[in-house]
Amino acid sequence: MGIDFIYPEFEVKRDRERCIACRVCERQCANCVHSYDEESGLMLSDESQCVDCHRCVSLCPTRALKIVKSDCALRENANWTTDAINEIYKQASSGGVLLSSMGNPKPMPVYWDRILINASQVTNPSIDPLREPMETRVFLGKKPDRIKREGDELCCELTPQLELSMPVMFSAMSYGSISYNAHKSLAIAASKLGILYNTGEGGLHEDFYAYGANTIVQVASGRFGVHEKYLEAGAAVEIKMGQGAKPGIGGHLPGTKIGSDISRTRMIPEGSDAISPAPHHDIYSIEDLRQLVYSIKETTGYRKPVIVKVAAVHNIAAITSGIARSGADIIAIDGFRGGTGAAPTRIRDNVGIPIELALASVDTRLREEGIRNNVSLVVGGSIHSSADVIKAIALGADACYIATAALLALGCHLCRTCQTGNCNWGIATQRPELVKRLNPDIGSERLINLMTAWNHEIKELMGGMGINSIEALRGNRLMLRGVGLNGKELEILGISHAGE
Amino acid sequence: MKKEGQIRIPSGCAISAAISRSGQRITGEKIIDSMRPMHDRSNGLGGGFAGYGIYPEYKDLYALHIFYDSDAYRSQCELFIKESFEVVKAEPIPTRKTPEITDEPLIWRYFVTPLRSVLASAQLDEKEYVTRFVTRVNSLMTGCYVFSCGKNMGAFKAVGFPEDVGHFYRLEEYRAYSWTAHGRYPTNTPGWWGGAHPFALLDYSVVHNGEISSYDANRRFIEMFGYKCTLQTDTEVITYIADYLLRRQGLTLEETASVIAAPFWETIGRMDEDARRKATYLRTIFGSLLITGPFSIILGFEGGLMALNDRLKLRSMVAGEKGDFVYVASEEAAIRAMEPDVENVYAPQGGEPVIVKVKEGQY
Repeated sequence: MGIDFIYPEFEVKRDRERCIACRVCERQCANCVHSYDEESGLMLSDESQCVDCHRCVSLCPTRALKIVKSDCALRENANWTTDAINEIYKQASSGGVLLSSMGNPKPMPVYWDRILINASQVTNPSIDPLREPMETRVFLGKKPDRIKREGDELCCELTPQLELSMPVMFSAMSYGSISYNAHKSLAIAASKLGILYNTGEGGLHEDFYAYGANTIVQVASGRFGVHEKYLEAGAAVEIKMGQGAKPGIGGHLPGTKIGSDISRTRMIPEGSDAISPAPHHDIYSIEDLRQLVYSIKETTGYRKPVIVKVAAVHNIAAITSGIARSGADIIAIDGFRGGTGAAPTRIRDNVGIPIELALASVDTRLREEGIRNNVSLVVGGSIHSSADVIKAIALGADACYIATAALLALGCHLCRTCQTGNCNWGIATQRPELVKRLNPDIGSERLINLMTAWNHEIKELMGGMGINSIEALRGNRLMLRGVGLNGKELEILGISHAGE
Repeated sequence: MKKEGQIRIPSGCAISAAISRSGQRITGEKIIDSMRPMHDRSNGLGGGFAGYGIYPEYKDLYALHIFYDSDAYRSQCELFIKESFEVVKAEPIPTRKTPEITDEPLIWRYFVTPLRSVLASAQLDEKEYVTRFVTRVNSLMTGCYVFSCGKNMGAFKAVGFPEDVGHFYRLEEYRAYSWTAHGRYPTNTPGWWGGAHPFALLDYSVVHNGEISSYDANRRFIEMFGYKCTLQTDTEVITYIADYLLRRQGLTLEETASVIAAPFWETIGRMDEDARRKATYLRTIFGSLLITGPFSIILGFEGGLMALNDRLKLRSMVAGEKGDFVYVASEEAAIRAMEPDVENVYAPQGGEPVIVKVKEGQY
């Protein structure tokens, strides 16, 4: 109170005529916003605890609730925004680093929205995906420079490849940062869809080894839950060097979230903080990365492709060029708008570069060096829709990683308070009574619905362009035009302006 | 207005070919005749021909056909030619003044062989050496354009209707065992001679009807291997793809066809084990060379040709034969103009290559 008081950001509007005091909102809110006053028989609200997650709004049987932005405001100031001022109050009071969750919410340019897609007219026919085959199958992995023959026969041996039914995968989210049921939903959906999900850095729960063929197991700087069986369990191994939401730093899963299951999976004591260091302490240079890549390949008998995931930072083109020459089969690049379970606010909002620009410059660079076919490129960091997938592939990606979109499908309402562990939707929480709110059968079905819908749209967009196979779209930048972009932006994206 | 190469210009077209399986050489008159009934498939903005076996007296030499904007550019380019090759003969290509063909550039041909010493110090095989020479001229030297560079073959092309172009180049004076022809219907009007077809590199020549939707994916992939798509035309990139797959990767014609017009995954799934493995292998490695969108192409090469449609067959193409000869064209009428009694006329399926080879030793 007093000097530290910040007026609550949201107001809970309860329509007294509609409210029947059934107390659903009270039971559903892990933040304890709602309470029942026995004396008056009325529901009360403590809006200071509200995070605007819409759990109560969604479940109120009489639609009596809505959450609105509070209109109690500081004097308007275009320079000192309310957020900036409030953050100063918080830090002056606590002396701490500000924490945030999910992707960067600042009004930075979204290049996807300034790029338009082509369609066929007259000179070449569009193709109707309802009547003609339309192919979205993708193989990720290193492709050889030369074919090999024995006598006249082609030797059809390839280094390991990942086969995807469509160019989208579920990106890394650790067991710990998200719940058992969220992981299970992703695993089931990936298996049924013929795509892959990613364990993140928290190891693989023993129940999910069954989904191994559709699992990417991650090795991050903390090496939580990494052992031989784990590496063997997945279809591919991903070395996480960085994350778009927090390039250059590690992670911190508080001890309160390390229950018995997570402790076993991560192979750390119950209740201890899981802190992954900023760098891998065995990788201080590119040649060290090569050693880890080959250590993993040796361990897994060269049967699993190795993915190296990096955050999109300024020098990303040169960095990926180095990675492409270090034995990686696939490079995953995570843009600065990528999500997180928790990250220092300043880092999330100020470090890294947009994935669209990173992807374009990386693809161009790898082609200039003639090594684009040595690796596959997977990009993530705010892929909002099937149109973004199409644009990413036309810029040069082989496939996209999605995480926020997948969580939204599972019920996430993007309230951006994952770090509290009180996720009312059962996703970013380890509290059993909250976790059980997410039913993996329903969750996986919703993920399957989302991906099926996107795949339909991808096919429609491809057909419109007269393209009937996704590989003919990869790097096909002539299919894109920019609107409202300056010359430098267009040059980096390698596309022309609309009308050109 | 931007010229060809500065902007991408899609075009519709007519194509035609005649080949003798026994290596019998015929004059260019028939192939010119085949283009007449398809007049409306072109719009006068480009026509051309390629003939194989036309230079028997120089058959071991590369025949460079070059357009020059002026004599100044010619002297400049000839210096570069002499640094790279031994020139056995240099002459203007004989043409005939005709009112339909105007604004012609200087058109020269050179019969050359790479200088042994230069070749050895470059550590390149002869074909790669010639390819790099041509790429350098076409991408770096202004006012010069090499439009044909194979042995014992040549491309002849111009802005105009194909039948007029054939007349202009006096094709009745050449005899070839294999002829291909092209009439162009570009959707823009740059009117540049280099932009006409066939497009040729070494002994590969491509005539093509269609507009491929995979163009930039194909172009950006193939440019990794030293090719420069200076014209931004489909035909150019298809020629480079053929050269890369056939010459540099050593694929067979059938394998090349299954990269360019790859079978659908569903079709691959129905193949027997061995075929499925091969098709999956090729499609996985060379996915970026899959060509989508409508096309019918005729790829000419020393001793044969291959005709191929896109996998959905979005462009017309028919084939037929009579005795020793095989004919391919956009329309049956074109074939009948060459051989009224043609037999076994059929429309090859999408992605099904028609491969014709001249008997070994007969070309």
